[in-house]
Amino acid sequence: MSLHAMGPVPQEDLIQLLAPDGSRTAGSGFDEWIEDVDGAALQGLYEDMVVVRRLDQEATALQRQGELALWPPLLGQEAAQIGSGRALRKDDFVFSSYRENGVAYCRGVGYADMLRVWRGNAPSGWDPYAVNMATPQVIIGAQTLHATGYAMATKFDGADSVAVSYFGDGATSQGDSNEAMVFAASFQAPVIFFCQNNQWAISEPVRLQAQRDIADRAPGFGIPSVRVDGNDVLACLAVTRQALDRARGGGGPTFIEAVTYRMGPHTTADDPSRYRDPNELEDWKGRDPIDRLGRLLEAEGLLGAEVSERVRAAADRAAGELREACVSMPEPGELEVFDNVYATPHAVLAGQRRDYQRYLASFEAAPGGAS
Amino acid sequence: MSTMTFGRAINSGLRRAMERDSKVVLIGEDIGMLGGVFRITDELQKDFGAHRVIDAPLAESAILGTAVGMAYRGYRPVCEIQFDGFIYPAFNQIVSQVAKLHYRTRGRVKMPLTIRVPFGGGIGAAEHHSESPEAYFLHTPGLRVVSVSNPQDAFLMIQQAIACDDPVLFFEPKRRYHTKGEVDEEAGLDGYPMEQARVEVSGDDATLVTYGPLVQVAREAAEAARGDGISLEVIDLRSLSPIDFGTVEASVRKTGRLVVAHEAARTGGLGAELAASITERCFYHLEHAPERITGFDIPYPPAKMEQHHLPNLDRILDGVDRVLDRRNSLGGGEGY
Repeated sequence: MSLHAMGPVPQEDLIQLLAPDGSRTAGSGFDEWIEDVDGAALQGLYEDMVVVRRLDQEATALQRQGELALWPPLLGQEAAQIGSGRALRKDDFVFSSYRENGVAYCRGVGYADMLRVWRGNAPSGWDPYAVNMATPQVIIGAQTLHATGYAMATKFDGADSVAVSYFGDGATSQGDSNEAMVFAASFQAPVIFFCQNNQWAISEPVRLQAQRDIADRAPGFGIPSVRVDGNDVLACLAVTRQALDRARGGGGPTFIEAVTYRMGPHTTADDPSRYRDPNELEDWKGRDPIDRLGRLLEAEGLLGAEVSERVRAAADRAAGELREACVSMPEPGELEVFDNVYATPHAVLAGQRRDYQRYLASFEAAPGGAS
Repeated sequence: MSTMTFGRAINSGLRRAMERDSKVVLIGEDIGMLGGVFRITDELQKDFGAHRVIDAPLAESAILGTAVGMAYRGYRPVCEIQFDGFIYPAFNQIVSQVAKLHYRTRGRVKMPLTIRVPFGGGIGAAEHHSESPEAYFLHTPGLRVVSVSNPQDAFLMIQQAIACDDPVLFFEPKRRYHTKGEVDEEAGLDGYPMEQARVEVSGDDATLVTYGPLVQVAREAAEAARGDGISLEVIDLRSLSPIDFGTVEASVRKTGRLVVAHEAARTGGLGAELAASITERCFYHLEHAPERITGFDIPYPPAKMEQHHLPNLDRILDGVDRVLDRRNSLGGGEGY
C-alpha cells in the first residue's frame, strides 16, 4: 500500500473555450470576456506563445552551452502565462515565481534582465517599477503575501489596479500561501492568486500536495475560485479578465487554478526520467497550447504562409537577441558584492569593503604580483 | 520636558511618525481597539483609522509578508510582533525577504519596515514570552537592529527607525514599559543618532557594555561598584547592528577591561561578537580577557527559575571582579 493517496488528475469540469482539436468549446459561460478578441488578436496570442517557447528553448540551450548556470523552463505553460499576462493592465503589479518568463515577456522585461540572475551576474534581473513586476521569487509561496500586501495598499490608495500572484501547485502547501488567502479575504484585497498547477513540484506529483482540486480550497477561505484549462489561452485570458474586473470593482480576491503541464524538467539541473512516466508527457503533448491555437487559426484561414513566416521570423529574432544579450552582458565588478545591502550607510560593512579593497590592491602592490 | 512611562514614550513617538508621514501604517495583532497587549498603540486606531492601525489575523509570517507588499507600494509599515517568542513564524519573511529585497533589486525597492518586538524576561511570564532573539537578526545582513533602554530614546529612536530607509528590528525591553522618565517631545529626528552608542556612566577601571533591559542594572552595578572604590564606565550600545565599535574601543583603550552583559544565551551571541571585535581592535590595551555575563545556553526557564538565568547586579559585579583580577566566584586574584 502506498504511503500517499495517489491517482490520476481529473480533467473534467475545466473552464475551456478552445478544445485540443482547435474547435471552440461552447457553454463555458465565459465567451463574453473574449468578445473583442478578433483575428489579429488571436494571431498576436499565437505569436506571443511561439516567441516565449522559442526564448525558453534558447535559454535552455544557453545553459547547456555553459552560458547560464541554471534555467527553469516554462515549456507547456505558454497559454497559462500569455493568456493571463495579456489580460493585465500596465498599472497592475505582478509577484511571480521563477518560472514566469512568459509573464515577464508580456510585462516588457528586457532579455538581458531576464537572464542576469541565471547567468549569476546580479542578484536581480529588472527594475520592478519599470515593468510593474517584482523580480522572481525563489522561496516557494512567499510572494503570495507580497501580492496581498500590495493589494491592501492599493486599496488604501483608492486605486483600481490589481496585484497578481503567480505560483505553482507545490506552493499551495506552504503556510504563506494559505495565510495570504486569509488576509486577502479578510481585507477584501484586490489580488488574484494565479496557480499554475503543472502537476509536478520537482519530483512530487500534485496529489502529494492536494487530495482535492486545488481550486476547491479557496471557497473555504471565502474566495471565489475557477478551475481553468491552463493550456487554453482563450480560457486563461477570459478567467483572468473576469477576476481583474471583480477586483477593480471592489469584489476582492479570486483564485484561479490553471491546470497545465510542465513538459520539461523543473530546471536544467533536473532529470524527470527518474520519476515520471514518459507516456504522461505524450498524453499532454496532445493538449499542447500552441498547436491548439494553431489549429483554430488554420481552420479560420488566419495562419497562411505569410503569417507563419512572420511568426517564425519574430521567434528567431527574439532568440538571437536573447543570446546576444546573454553573451555580451558585462561581468560584475569585484566590489559590487557590497552594493545595496543597505539603503543608508552602514559603518561595519563599509569597513569590510575597505579592507577587502586593500586586500585586492595588495596583489598589485606586491613584488611579482599581477600588474 | 514631560515625565512619562517607557510605553507611553513609544506611543507618543509612533503618533509623531504617523502625523509626519501618511505612509506610516501600523500592523499587528490586537493593536487596534485593544491598543496592543502592552497598550503601546493605545488610541492610535481611534485617531488615525483602521486602515492605518491594522488589526491583523493571527499569522506573523503574513504580518511581515503583507508589510513587504505595502513597502513595495511606498508605505512604511510598522509591524508589531506581540511577544519575542512569536517572531519565529515570521523569520523566513524577515531574513529571506525583508533583509534582502534592497540587495536583490539592486537598490530599486526599499524596505523601510520597522519591526517592533517586546523582548526579554523578568516579568514572570509563560513560556515563549520572555526571549531575547536579537542575535538571529544581527547575524542577518540587510537588517538594522536597535534596542532602547529609556523613555527618551524610545520616543526618538522609534521615529528614527521608521524614518530609516532600511528595515529596523526595534527591541523594546518589556519589563521597562512602566519605567518613568523625562522625555523631551520637542526633540527632532536629527537628535542623538540611532546607530551611536552612548556612555551612560563615565569611569576608568572597567568598561561595562549592555543594552535594553540591562542598562538600568548596569547603572545600579556602577553605583554599587563605586562603593567598593571601583570606577565603571557603562555603555548603552543602543544599536546592535551596526555596532558602534568606535565608542566601545575608545572606552576599552582607557580602561583596559571589558565586560559585556545580555539576557540572551551566550553562544554565538552579541557578547561574543563584541569580545572578538574589541580584542582585534585593541588587544594591546587589554589587561584581561573580555568577560561575558549572559543568559545561559538554555531554553528560557519557567517564571520561578528565571532569576537563575537573568544576569543581575551581583552576577555583573562578579564579572567586573574577574576582569579586575579581584576575588570572584571562579577564584581570582588578590586585588588590582
